Amino acid sequence: MKLTLKIWRQKNAKAKGTFVIYKMDNVSPEMAFLEMLDSLNKKLVEEDKDPVAFDHDCREGICGSCGMYINGHPHGPVPAITTCHLSMRYFKEGDTIWIEPWRAKPFPVIKDLIVDRAAFDKIQIAGGFISVNTGAAPEANSILIRKKKSDDAFDSAICIGCGACVAACKNASAMLFVSAKISQFALLPQGRIEAKERVKAMVEKMDEVGFGNCSNSGACEAECPKQIKLTNIARLNREYFKAY
Amino acid sequence: MVKLISKIPDGPLAQKWTKYKASVKLVNPANKKKLEIIVIGTGLSGAGAASALGELGYSVKNFCYQDSPRRAHSVAAQGGINAAKNYQGDGDSIYRLFYDMIKGGDYRAREGNVYRAAEVSNEVIDHYTALGVPFARDYGGTLNTRSFGGVQVSRTFYSSGQTGQQCLLGAYSSLNRQIKNGNVTMYPRREMLDLVLIDGKARGIIARNLLTGEIERHAAHAVVLATGGYGTIYYMSTLAVNSNASAAWKAHKKGAFFANPSFVQIHPTCVPQLNEFQSKLTLMSESLRNDGRVWVPKTKGEDRAANEIPEEDRDYFLERRYPAFGNLVPRDVASRATKERCDAGFGVGETGLAVNLDFRDSIKKQGKKAIENKYGNLFEMYKTITGIDPYEEPMRIYPAGHYTMGGLWVDYELMTTIPGLYAIGEVNFSDHGANRLGASSLMQASGDGYFILPNTINNYLADEIRVPKISTDKPEFEETEKAVVERLNKLISIKGKQTASSFHKRLGKIMWDYCGMIRNEEGLKKALVLIRELKEEFWRDLIVPGTYSELNMELEKAGRVADYFELAELLVTDALNRNESCGAHFREEFQTPDGEALRNDEKYTYVAAWEYAGEGKPYIMHKEELKFEEVEMKVRSYK
Repeated sequence: MKLTLKIWRQKNAKAKGTFVIYKMDNVSPEMAFLEMLDSLNKKLVEEDKDPVAFDHDCREGICGSCGMYINGHPHGPVPAITTCHLSMRYFKEGDTIWIEPWRAKPFPVIKDLIVDRAAFDKIQIAGGFISVNTGAAPEANSILIRKKKSDDAFDSAICIGCGACVAACKNASAMLFVSAKISQFALLPQGRIEAKERVKAMVEKMDEVGFGNCSNSGACEAECPKQIKLTNIARLNREYFKAY
Repeated sequence: MVKLISKIPDGPLAQKWTKYKASVKLVNPANKKKLEIIVIGTGLSGAGAASALGELGYSVKNFCYQDSPRRAHSVAAQGGINAAKNYQGDGDSIYRLFYDMIKGGDYRAREGNVYRAAEVSNEVIDHYTALGVPFARDYGGTLNTRSFGGVQVSRTFYSSGQTGQQCLLGAYSSLNRQIKNGNVTMYPRREMLDLVLIDGKARGIIARNLLTGEIERHAAHAVVLATGGYGTIYYMSTLAVNSNASAAWKAHKKGAFFANPSFVQIHPTCVPQLNEFQSKLTLMSESLRNDGRVWVPKTKGEDRAANEIPEEDRDYFLERRYPAFGNLVPRDVASRATKERCDAGFGVGETGLAVNLDFRDSIKKQGKKAIENKYGNLFEMYKTITGIDPYEEPMRIYPAGHYTMGGLWVDYELMTTIPGLYAIGEVNFSDHGANRLGASSLMQASGDGYFILPNTINNYLADEIRVPKISTDKPEFEETEKAVVERLNKLISIKGKQTASSFHKRLGKIMWDYCGMIRNEEGLKKALVLIRELKEEFWRDLIVPGTYSELNMELEKAGRVADYFELAELLVTDALNRNESCGAHFREEFQTPDGEALRNDEKYTYVAAWEYAGEGKPYIMHKEELKFEEVEMKVRSYK
């Protein structure tokens, strides 16, 4: 396939970025999207030019490292997958592909397509844990949990922290991300004990680091590669009100 | 001359750990605050150790190369985590888990360490459950388990097909709690580029800030490596593409012995390579073999679609060769049997390098819903990658490099041959012998990090309480930093024509062809020559744009590949030395008439721990003889 890439290039956080056009010849439909970028970078490096910087690691959709805006969608136009799982099969001869970093104030651009997502870690540090010391745990089967509850907790717990929800949101809200963790622990008896302190601390931190509020448009749910549900946000609100 | 002392406590096997814990030196809480510990890596072992050491009150500095500790590659483990809970009442016990690991590792692991790993497995499950890890449950609210390869009990706890992710996020949460409490300081996007020794003891590291390129010095009273395995030496593997052996390799060159480097696990069930640009091979969890049947057509050149091939024309070769364990034979056995069928011309797909993993019968028997509950995300992942729906057609699978049993030599206390340097999780060699059984990686990493190291490290630090905070102005830091910068500049200044990845790819092919699933003397000797030639070409024709004092991902790759050239030589040297077949190490010259591994217990019941003797000098091998007091060494049979 022949493709035209329009990639956001930005030297560093302070520099002004711009789209740079790259013409690609020989793109195989069998390639993964990131492999297509690898092949572009190989060419750039061989010419002693600065390759396009992007985060990536496991390349199997679970580490949450990769993430870029592709043709106006976080992780590209195919629903429920990460960028590393996006196949070039979904593009056709002659396509122009726009590639941009996440755009949200709490995620400043570091270089090209890499953004700083430390704000996510800060929210988790504020309260995303159950306070139990190593060795203090009771026997695992002494905590009985209804299968349905446990399964629901799992469905919330599978968030990979990629940031697509924030990038998709017109308010740059992190409510889906925060609510996934709040829900996981709110549904489990182990997490109920410090539920109030947790939700207060995480919401406070979320506001402090600059994420916007939720106005229920649901873009986050639509773009989430792990299909985390909007109902988590409802649960977050409920937990928050209960905490005061 | 360093002597290998394993420090296995005396006494009956089942009492060793209890006795050790009761007699080991302790550090009082006031002194703990003054003692600094560096932990490299934030997977289950690293995040576990940093959390537990923080809880104890030590001052911990935790490093990772990712932007967040939550992304360490433990996150990608799928199938599960073993524990000897015997919740199924199927005859499981700590002893049986220990026995399965010793046998699964083909009698090349230390009894004392393995028993302890089995012993702490139950505490690991308790701890993760308390941390809110949502393991699968039964309708009555109790925890569920499933079976894995190489065993006849059901002892694997799981969270759908993403157990590693759930455990890692549990470990990340306990780490976050310690960060909040001020006991752990997190340094993400840092790569350890060398170890600093002062008076022979590990006292710090030189790290590079991957965002700014700044070279940093960090000092501590002890250093813990939790940096994972070296499976990416094959270029394509099931590992994260940035996983690397550099921290361990730097420690090795500073005096930490490297044990059994040739023990590399090739995982049987991975998505086969689809194109030449591919950067990684995706694992399909071993748990799939619980319900999926592995087969190839009985005739070569079969051109019917898989679903059209009737039962009598299918060869379920694992069930045929290994009736007792069937599709659940250990990984090394399944990988070799797969390779054997493909090499003989019975493979499927365009390349012929794949076999079928078929769920037709299980879907018929249990219903689609039941299969979806167990493996839903894996089926989706497979479909995403290949475009084929495994509910309708068999998956196609082929082996890929996965886990490294070899690693830094450690004693019972998980200390390397450098005083004050510890290695935990996959980076050490200790618990899996010549082959690791499924779901025991998460178990060992968590056990090492949360439950073992936080006990054993006290024994060393108790004698360090009078050592004041170590200054990074010492000449040892100065010199090490200078060497690091020199090397970075050297990589950049070559200004040749080929990228680090293209060299990595070629090195990987040499390793896969001559030191992969099946090895022989001639091939290994040839590999040594090829590796040296390619290494020479690398240092002559590499290109890295930019400088070291900025974000430079090409430079990161180049440094890791440069280290892999050196490790590759040692890996092949070790494979050449071991004139036997055991576990994952299969030497063509040493096999039974029906193609099974032929061990040589008389000559090779030892751990080969290699000492680095200096640039261009031959490695020195030290033997740690293995004594089997509890288990009788038998031919490992799964028939």
